[in-house]
Amino acid sequence: MNRDRVENVTFGVLRWVTIVFLTVVSLFPFYYMVLLSFRLIQDVQLSPGSLAPGGFNLGAYREVLKSVDAGGQGFVRFIEISAAVSVATVVVTLAVSIPGAYAVTRLRFAGRRQVDALFLAIYLFPAIVLAIPLYVVLSRLGLRGSLVALVLVYVAQTVPVTLYMLRGYFDTIPVSLEEAAQLDGCGRLGVIWRVSLPLSRPALAATALYVFMIAWNEYLFALLFLVERQDRWTVSLGLSQLAGTIEIPTTVLMAGSVLLTAPIVALFFAGERLLVEGLTGGAEKG
Amino acid sequence: MSRGETRTGWGLLAPTLTIVLVVVVAPILWTVLLAFQRVRVIDLRRKGLFGSFTTQNIERVFGSPGFWDTLWTTVAYTVFGVGLSIALGLAAALAVRRPFRGRTLVRASFLLPYIAPVVGATFVWQTMLNPEYGVLNAWGTKLLGWDRPVDFLNQVSGTFLGMHVPTALITVIVFEGWRYFPFAFLFLLARMQALPRDLEEAALVDGATLTQRFRHVVLPQLLPVIAVLTVLRFVLTFTKFDDVYLLTGGGSGTEVVSVRVYDFLTSRGDIGAASAEALVLAVALALFVGVYLRLVRPR
Repeated sequence: MNRDRVENVTFGVLRWVTIVFLTVVSLFPFYYMVLLSFRLIQDVQLSPGSLAPGGFNLGAYREVLKSVDAGGQGFVRFIEISAAVSVATVVVTLAVSIPGAYAVTRLRFAGRRQVDALFLAIYLFPAIVLAIPLYVVLSRLGLRGSLVALVLVYVAQTVPVTLYMLRGYFDTIPVSLEEAAQLDGCGRLGVIWRVSLPLSRPALAATALYVFMIAWNEYLFALLFLVERQDRWTVSLGLSQLAGTIEIPTTVLMAGSVLLTAPIVALFFAGERLLVEGLTGGAEKG
Repeated sequence: MSRGETRTGWGLLAPTLTIVLVVVVAPILWTVLLAFQRVRVIDLRRKGLFGSFTTQNIERVFGSPGFWDTLWTTVAYTVFGVGLSIALGLAAALAVRRPFRGRTLVRASFLLPYIAPVVGATFVWQTMLNPEYGVLNAWGTKLLGWDRPVDFLNQVSGTFLGMHVPTALITVIVFEGWRYFPFAFLFLLARMQALPRDLEEAALVDGATLTQRFRHVVLPQLLPVIAVLTVLRFVLTFTKFDDVYLLTGGGSGTEVVSVRVYDFLTSRGDIGAASAEALVLAVALALFVGVYLRLVRPR
């Protein structure tokens, strides 16, 4: 009894300590990022320890967004490229993985297990190893710098998880609904289009969100393929190049980081519940 | 019927498979060939796809002085990074297991490090840890009585509580733990919420204390997920490139294999050696993936 009470009190306190500690640790870097992006570089250097929000200086954002011709860093252009690449990746990934996910969920066909194993292997296969031959092939074909090639690489990288997420959802759709549609004269594609897709809108949204985040956040392939083409830099690449080349004030880098991070955080909060359910669907079955 | 399904099945999978075969599988096979050729970036325009084969690259990889150091750094980075992220993830999942006001918001905050773009996350860490204007050093020297600022990312070693420690390596490991604890948290929390309640209630009735219930009832049910998480994170961390590359560029004793492969490929333009290193990496990984597959599908 005594030990029980001691433990209950200790862990009751520890629980809150853990919650507060991890919340602070998770949020603080992002607070700091936003804080510095609004500060004057002189203030940062004079009082580096100050964490109070003071002033609302937009200079760093102005510099980072202004086009290169106007003496800025041209982030508007980078954002456009990142958005285009990410949206294209989402569209192509969904277009190819919806029929694929349907096939592995509903059809019992020879080679299905092997396909499963192949996708798992791709999910686990290291990007850095894949990077070498892709770099070589694209260099040879003169396609390094091609955004289409970049999108295809992103599609191949996201397909395993997309298939997994969609399959988890397609599984929950009653087969009888699809059979009814078939009796009414729908073909396979018709069934997918008229029955499976409308019923799995939440899963589609979650999957689209996930793919968008992966494509927007990606760094290695963008670096390898696009580094020589400044007009095609993504936000991630543009920002990292900015830091590497010349002496640029930290406040400007932080403003760029906010512009890179904010859209993802906003999207994530909009679809958090969907996304978490989609990703962890298999964990519950253990 | 089944023949028809097979044809339809492959038909529906064809677009996905085509992309995967062209963009992933064929290049991987080619890496294997490249590892046994003497190829440099300059040769690319002139040479054909297949040159004369040699085992020189592989020999060079094992013989080169930096390779074993890099491998040990990678192992240390992976083991401690994965351990830290899973430990934090477990603590986080246990802490928010029972509902409380604001739990949704806390849960969402926990996921931020994982979903934030890596370039933004590494930049803000670099800034926080900067010895001149970073907040950590400002507080450390003012409040914690540090003699002088610590250059967390560019210092090979330092002393902590009288011990010699690899400063930069520890910093990138802590970053790894911070960035990926949400991943473990998500999966552990999902599993915890699916646990049947009656077992724990029975243990409570029997007078088991909190820690006893955790050790004998909750933990055994979590072990399969923890095992899968460990292998999964191990595989993904062992070959991680961007985190370390963006934080330290592989300097100050933090060179991991993937950063070394990247350097061989770009700065030295030595494709043969890069492929050979990558191949060694992939073979080591295949072993882990084998373990993972056995865990996931015991059938």
